[in-house]
Amino acid sequence: MLVIGVGHPDCGDDAAGCLVARRLRELGLRAIELSGEATTLMNAWEGEQEVIVVDATLTGATPGTIQIWDAAAAPLRRESLRCSTHGMGVAEAVELARALGRLPAHFRIYGIEGRKFEPGQTPSPEVTAAIEEAARRILEESGKCTSQD
Amino acid sequence: MNPTVSKATRTIKVDYLARVEGEGALYIRLRGDRVEDVKLKIFEPPRLFEAFLRGRHFMEAPDITARICGICPVAYQMSAIHAIERALGVTVPGAIRELRRLFYCGEWIESHALHVFLLHAPDFLGYEDAIEMAREHRGLVELGLRLKKIGNHLVAVMGGREIHPVSACVGGFYRAPTRHELLALKPDLEWALEASLQTLRWTATLEYPAFEQDYEFVCLRHPDEYPLNEGRLVSNCGLDIDASEFEDHIIEQHVKHSNALQAVLRQRGSYMVGPLARVNLNFDLLPEPARQAAAECGFSVPCRNPFRSIQARALELIFACHEALRIVEAYEPPAEPRVLATPREGRGAAITEAPRGILYHRYSLAADGRIVAARIVPPTSQNQRRIEDDLRALLPSLAAEPPERLTWRCEQAVRNYDPCISCATHFLRVQIERD
Repeated sequence: MLVIGVGHPDCGDDAAGCLVARRLRELGLRAIELSGEATTLMNAWEGEQEVIVVDATLTGATPGTIQIWDAAAAPLRRESLRCSTHGMGVAEAVELARALGRLPAHFRIYGIEGRKFEPGQTPSPEVTAAIEEAARRILEESGKCTSQD
Repeated sequence: MNPTVSKATRTIKVDYLARVEGEGALYIRLRGDRVEDVKLKIFEPPRLFEAFLRGRHFMEAPDITARICGICPVAYQMSAIHAIERALGVTVPGAIRELRRLFYCGEWIESHALHVFLLHAPDFLGYEDAIEMAREHRGLVELGLRLKKIGNHLVAVMGGREIHPVSACVGGFYRAPTRHELLALKPDLEWALEASLQTLRWTATLEYPAFEQDYEFVCLRHPDEYPLNEGRLVSNCGLDIDASEFEDHIIEQHVKHSNALQAVLRQRGSYMVGPLARVNLNFDLLPEPARQAAAECGFSVPCRNPFRSIQARALELIFACHEALRIVEAYEPPAEPRVLATPREGRGAAITEAPRGILYHRYSLAADGRIVAARIVPPTSQNQRRIEDDLRALLPSLAAEPPERLTWRCEQAVRNYDPCISCATHFLRVQIERD
């Protein structure tokens, strides 16, 4: 399983994905950090069977809420993942990969709802707590997938 | 039913421009076919890079400024390095000069491939985005993705990593690649050159709106080579200056609706930078395969139709692949990867050609090597006023169109310039008014 933490480590709650990836690396999982540019993401998950992408969201939910999408099962609503400042971000990468038959068979997205994304800010307390919780849940999932492997 | 032009005021708002880098919006107010207001609104927060640079050692500038943009970090490194080398009186040997051109080719390939295939092509083929397009034009998207990957890989080989590379420095590179490492790129580059020629042929099949403007094209011009890192700044209206004179001719203005400054030519106004400007003023310096393919496709200069920028990008893809191959094949590693740069007090300015157009950097250095002042003028802030002018000229002919078509055509006109809003907002001039 590959975990991809997406975001900017120095833009407040946008750091959520990167910080989850760092935590999971400490815990021994294969986890990388990327800015979220679509083609780089697609290259990163090329050839992978099981991928979890962790990204900050801005959906109107309570800050710190963790939402999980099974992207392999159904198309993503792109407005859920509009935090990217790139022309094409996570949602576009997933849907483009799906259209080209390049989406890994098992693909989940963990979204952590943020509330502040300004440069130079540290993550909010709600998101900091959610980072630990998301890491714990992904670690649990990885245990499952290891047994399946 | 014939379309009628209402005399009522119509407002077109695109709250979040899709398929551009960064966060921007478009606001247009029309009364009948008269354009009352056009604003390219850039609301991405200012990023204050010029202030970050003050007090830092000059060796840090390439790595700090590379952080301005994830798409064109090489351009920031190159402009910073050349400006600082001019301040310090450093000149580099030919092998390092060639490596810099190769590094830049990688960035042009990845940036142009992204824009041509994934951001701009859907406009021409009538799709909402590349995803919708991929379902029916899979081969085209796959081609673009492979080209982009080859560009990214070249940047990674030269710069140590794809995004925000770390190898380039004042005086050269921290590490020069081996001949073996560069020769390993050859098969991919050969494929990329053929794919780029195919790309230009494909652009010749697209339909272009009949729209031309009397542009002032501004770009670098070098006597012997298609410009990347060096040359004088020229235009088709008589501009011919050294980078050190940039601020005498080009001024930046703050407008209320944008967090990015708008650059204009003193007493002349807006101007165009980027691939179409470069192709117009350097067509004779494109490699033979590019010029020949252009002739076969019916592309000639002067070309004043901004929608044909996609063809200029395709021509530059051919150039970048051809040039990269030339450098890779002839490469002999330099004796030392860099020449030492000794601190001294000085001031230096440089312009290099980012994928989107000229990128100006100017630094003042203290005797101990600290940066005292920095100025950066990115391409998108230079094209911003020109984009608004294009829209003003384009809109009257579109006034009778249904709203969705009108909005789509305006967005396409913005995307002609491949604006990078993240780059443009690196700085905000704060003006405080007091009674």
